[in-house]
Amino acid sequence: MDLLFQQTLNGIMVGSVYALVALGLTLEYGILHIPNFAHGVLYTLGAYLTFLAVAALGYNYWLAMACAMLVLAVMGIVIDRLVYQPLIAAPHLNSFIAAIGLIYIFKAGMLIIWGPDFKRFPPINEEVINFFGATVTIQRIIIVLVTAVLIVLLNLFIKKTMAGMSIEALAQDREGALLAGINVKRVETMVFAVGSAMAAVAAALISPIFLVYNTMGDAVILKAFVIIILGGMGSIPGAVIGGYIIGLIESLGGAYLSTDYNEIVAFAILIGVLAVKPTGLFGTRAH
Amino acid sequence: MNTLLKLLSNRWTLGLIVIALVCLVPIVITSKYWMHVFILILIWSIAALSLNLIMGYTGQANLAHGGFFGIGAYATALLMLKLNLGFWPALLLAALITSVVGFLIGLPTLRTKGSYFAIGTLCFNVIVFIAAERWESLTGGARGVIGIPPPSPISLPFGIVVKFSTLSGMFYLSFFLLLVTLFIKYRIVHSLVGRSFMAVRESEDLTSSIGIDTMKTKIISFVTSVFIVSLSGSLYAVYIGFLDPEIASHHVTFEVLLFVVLGGIGTIAGPIIGTIIVTLLGEMLHFLEAFRLVAYGLVLVLVIIFMPQGLMGGIRSLQQKIAARDM
Repeated sequence: MDLLFQQTLNGIMVGSVYALVALGLTLEYGILHIPNFAHGVLYTLGAYLTFLAVAALGYNYWLAMACAMLVLAVMGIVIDRLVYQPLIAAPHLNSFIAAIGLIYIFKAGMLIIWGPDFKRFPPINEEVINFFGATVTIQRIIIVLVTAVLIVLLNLFIKKTMAGMSIEALAQDREGALLAGINVKRVETMVFAVGSAMAAVAAALISPIFLVYNTMGDAVILKAFVIIILGGMGSIPGAVIGGYIIGLIESLGGAYLSTDYNEIVAFAILIGVLAVKPTGLFGTRAH
Repeated sequence: MNTLLKLLSNRWTLGLIVIALVCLVPIVITSKYWMHVFILILIWSIAALSLNLIMGYTGQANLAHGGFFGIGAYATALLMLKLNLGFWPALLLAALITSVVGFLIGLPTLRTKGSYFAIGTLCFNVIVFIAAERWESLTGGARGVIGIPPPSPISLPFGIVVKFSTLSGMFYLSFFLLLVTLFIKYRIVHSLVGRSFMAVRESEDLTSSIGIDTMKTKIISFVTSVFIVSLSGSLYAVYIGFLDPEIASHHVTFEVLLFVVLGGIGTIAGPIIGTIIVTLLGEMLHFLEAFRLVAYGLVLVLVIIFMPQGLMGGIRSLQQKIAARDM
């Protein structure tokens, strides 16, 4: 019983990170209709930047997170303007290939700067509290709470602000949005900034618990893709719910089934779902 | 001079000249290092050509190609080591196994389009990698498979024995399989099946509206492509003699993708040219280490933005410009 509860808490924590990464991806997909494979390396970069700010510059953890968000937002804008915008009219295949090029650039770049070694954060929020019989560190609770707050804020932003509504309008109908006088390019750039900043938050939240290393984004980005396919590409609730579901399946599966093949569960589910419903569980149309 | 130019512009004569020149390579080149590089180029060219079939001609971004390369390589190695099969039966059996796996994966994933297909296949590639790493009893896990023997010699009439344990033997074997691949590909591209591949690439809906079974077409293209990539995987296994899980990972997929994109998607010679250039540059720039990968990335991004048809496409548009000026 204790194990079940502990693993459920773990699942929610990991699921929060997945949800944040998947949210950024799904927003980008909803607008540009391209899967941004390079999202994972931005997540890794976010972790390194937070580490750099905390360990080398001695910043406060929250300030470090904010810096990482800011840098990543700028990075998202640059990538969108330099790489994805020029390819908007080309076949989708070209954007995938460009994304793979970006992966090479960022991964090798980070390898040059930070090397292949694992980096460990100085202890952050490691006080343990007792939570209905399970022991959790403060940091784990912070992860869950910050994610919940961000999801609510993002939802308010999209539903209540003019900028947010233009994102939704663009996702629903590109020509319609153009006719209504929405500056499509600006919205796209904004989405990339927001999406990349969310990847930075996700990485900054989880990296004090796990380690920071060059390939840390690989598995996360793939799982985020599984999540947004299952949840329907471009769907915000789909990304959130899918994130928690995959997080829970993984941590419960790891505890009760096999830890060796724990990581492939998500991918096997994906191929299984595609076999039954090619547009994803909640997807309505194929692109 | 003019007749010589005309002769050279004929594809078949040009092809024969190139084949003859390549056959001379092991005789002229004495450096073991360069022979090694050339053999790798031949092996990877086969892989690039096969990726081009599904991606360039049929328009489906298969991101599991490294996984299939790995399946072919591991299957060959294990058949030879655990069942004591000879190279040739192992080569064919491995290609069949890879094709069956490709068929089973193609069935669910090819029902999807565009991004969904790319992500689905990439996920499959990760599954293959993790299986190669964790299924220790079969694959040897992270330690890999060692001691894969070279193909046994073939005796020809007149007492000629072809040995594959030498570099030149491996060179001719790889070149032979590359020619077979090129021949198959040429025949497919210029057949009705090939036309339907390209029709699917241009528009799947339109293709099905004229009565072509698009699912069947995509499956044929996909299975043919993984059959061929398995051949290159087999060659790699017996040539290097050692396999580790990294050879089945998505990094291999990305590298082969780079070959195809740089040379020219959807052209016959493009993938080979791309493989030659990237491999040679990679060898020359080895001292740059990680900076080399940054350069790979930059090349991919720049080529796809400014020259989406790759070098072959660039040459073609240059030819057209010259032809237009001469008129």
